[in-house]
Amino acid sequence: MARDPDDIDAVPLRHPWRWVIAVLLLLAFAGVAVSLWQNDNVNHPTINEFIFDRRILDGVVLTLVLTVVSMVVSTVLAVLLAVMRLSNNPVMNALSWLYVWAFRGTPLLIQIVFWGYLGLLYAQITLGIPFTDFSLFSVDTNTLIPAFVAGLLALTLNQAAYSAEIVRAGMLSVDEGQYEAAYSVGMSPTFTLFKVVLPQAMRVIIPPMGNETISMLKNTSLLSVIAVLEVYTVATQISSQNLRQVELLVVVSCWYLFLTSVLSIPQYYLERHYGRGNARTLPPTPLGRVWAVLRPTPRPTTPRADAP
Amino acid sequence: MTDTRVTTAVPTASVSAPLLSARKVRKSFGGVEVLKGISLEVAAGQVMCLLGPSGSGKSTFLRCINHLERIDGGRISVDGELIGYAARHGRIFEMNRREVAKQRGGIGMVFQRFNLFPHMTALENITAAPIGVRGLAKPAALARGRELLDRVGLADLAQSYPAQLSGGQQQRVAIARALAMDPKLLLFDEPTSALDPELVGDVLDVMRALAADGMTMVVVTHEIGFARGAADEVVFMDGGVVVESGPPASVLDHPQNPRTKAFLDSVM
Ligand SMILES: Nc1ncnc2c1ncn2[C@@H]1O[C@H](COP(=O)(O)OP(=O)(O)OP(=O)(O)O)[C@@H](O)[C@H]1O
Ligand SMILES: [Mg+2]
Repeated sequence: MARDPDDIDAVPLRHPWRWVIAVLLLLAFAGVAVSLWQNDNVNHPTINEFIFDRRILDGVVLTLVLTVVSMVVSTVLAVLLAVMRLSNNPVMNALSWLYVWAFRGTPLLIQIVFWGYLGLLYAQITLGIPFTDFSLFSVDTNTLIPAFVAGLLALTLNQAAYSAEIVRAGMLSVDEGQYEAAYSVGMSPTFTLFKVVLPQAMRVIIPPMGNETISMLKNTSLLSVIAVLEVYTVATQISSQNLRQVELLVVVSCWYLFLTSVLSIPQYYLERHYGRGNARTLPPTPLGRVWAVLRPTPRPTTPRADAP
Repeated sequence: MTDTRVTTAVPTASVSAPLLSARKVRKSFGGVEVLKGISLEVAAGQVMCLLGPSGSGKSTFLRCINHLERIDGGRISVDGELIGYAARHGRIFEMNRREVAKQRGGIGMVFQRFNLFPHMTALENITAAPIGVRGLAKPAALARGRELLDRVGLADLAQSYPAQLSGGQQQRVAIARALAMDPKLLLFDEPTSALDPELVGDVLDVMRALAADGMTMVVVTHEIGFARGAADEVVFMDGGVVVESGPPASVLDHPQNPRTKAFLDSVM
């Protein structure tokens, strides 16, 4: 590119304080890391021994399954609750409000224990017509709801209450004119919801849902109270035998950090997918970030189409 | 169907029944009557321009025509069918949501703020309803979508998202979207009010071409030039009533009512 004599040839703005603060932070971080590493109360071989232990790995898988399944199912429930809340039907409205009130208003820990000990409340679960003797089938509660299912149920139902509010906020962010335009071309309310409103609401819904997913990942550790064998329960079981509590906490923390990092990847792709058509430039994917560091050229923004 | 025709029969001088007929349409919002008995008719292939000061109820009336608002009194019928009601076994029933949606498919609407679906390309905006609502096969819908884009002069921009288009281009896509459902009647609510002056012409050209092709249209507009050139009838509304109506030459050039005069003086 030829330089025009009219172009300004200036000294770029420097940021000396950035460098000073970065160096200070790195030193502080290194200090903490070294002191932890050299602490004689931490037995490093134990960490190495258990980080890839079979039981721990099984626990990690279970933690991941619990997180993913409960997030997916609770999101479906949340959409239903949000639609009910925004509908004109007063019964649906009240029902949705009551649900959110009940599940958000009691501690998750209590809900987990409740589902875990449901067998104490109802020894048998019966499907039939209420207030009559007719029953289709009847099973033992503890057979129908083992600890894993109870835990999944508790996390899902609780999360749905929180996610419902996120979904509702997302739906409220969609312009009223979108409904009118959809209805004016003959779309039904349901079609409008799935093809017009929710895809646009997603842009607002996804970032807080990313947060919720990470909370959920860590909340699965609460299932230790009903002995679901997720990674934290497994670690406490191991440490109760070998009395290496700190080492096993380090092991599970490493796994939680790893899973948190893994779970934040899909968010980039979802944001990009639902951000399509938006004038603002999309967030780079993790791979895109790596490229940007290796090859620091500014990415071109979406070109504006011009009249033919 | 026969019942509907009987119940909606409107005595008129013309031989053919009007495509749009509104009789004493009333609508209130929270106790405030916004439409106080609007009666008017548009014959097939005719263009009616609605003029009136802000707040006179023009948008509300248009929204009543495709049942985005439920009317409190009177009746509206399009092509012999009552809007929002169906006649069965000699009685009139309020339509359910599915029937209302189907009926709206036959009436197109173009909005002041375009209201394109931002997450769809221009072509997807046009084909979404024909594919999803009418069940048209995708290749056929895409072909028709491209044809409509060509008709509004935007053949090259099929894959652009609304945010990448100028206001005038967006409004022309919106017109194509409304046309894709093959409506009997097209409603325009100030289609050029949100546009930069140099973009207004493109949109009005498309509308004039539609009028020339015989599309029945009701247009709320402040573009007096368009009304003069394209309208068969001009209706002036104020305070929820029709104040004056007639051919553009008489209403626009020799208004009888002082309110019409005052309004025309202010916009011309
Ligand atoms: N959904 C609503 N709820 C309450 N009042 C409304 C509603 N829609 C319209 N109105 C009122 O009805 C009156 C007529 O509004 P309308 O939008 O039909 O006017 P208009 O003639 O289209 O005006 P403009 O030229 O400004 O678009 C206004 O006083 C407005 O405040
Ligand atoms: Mg208006």
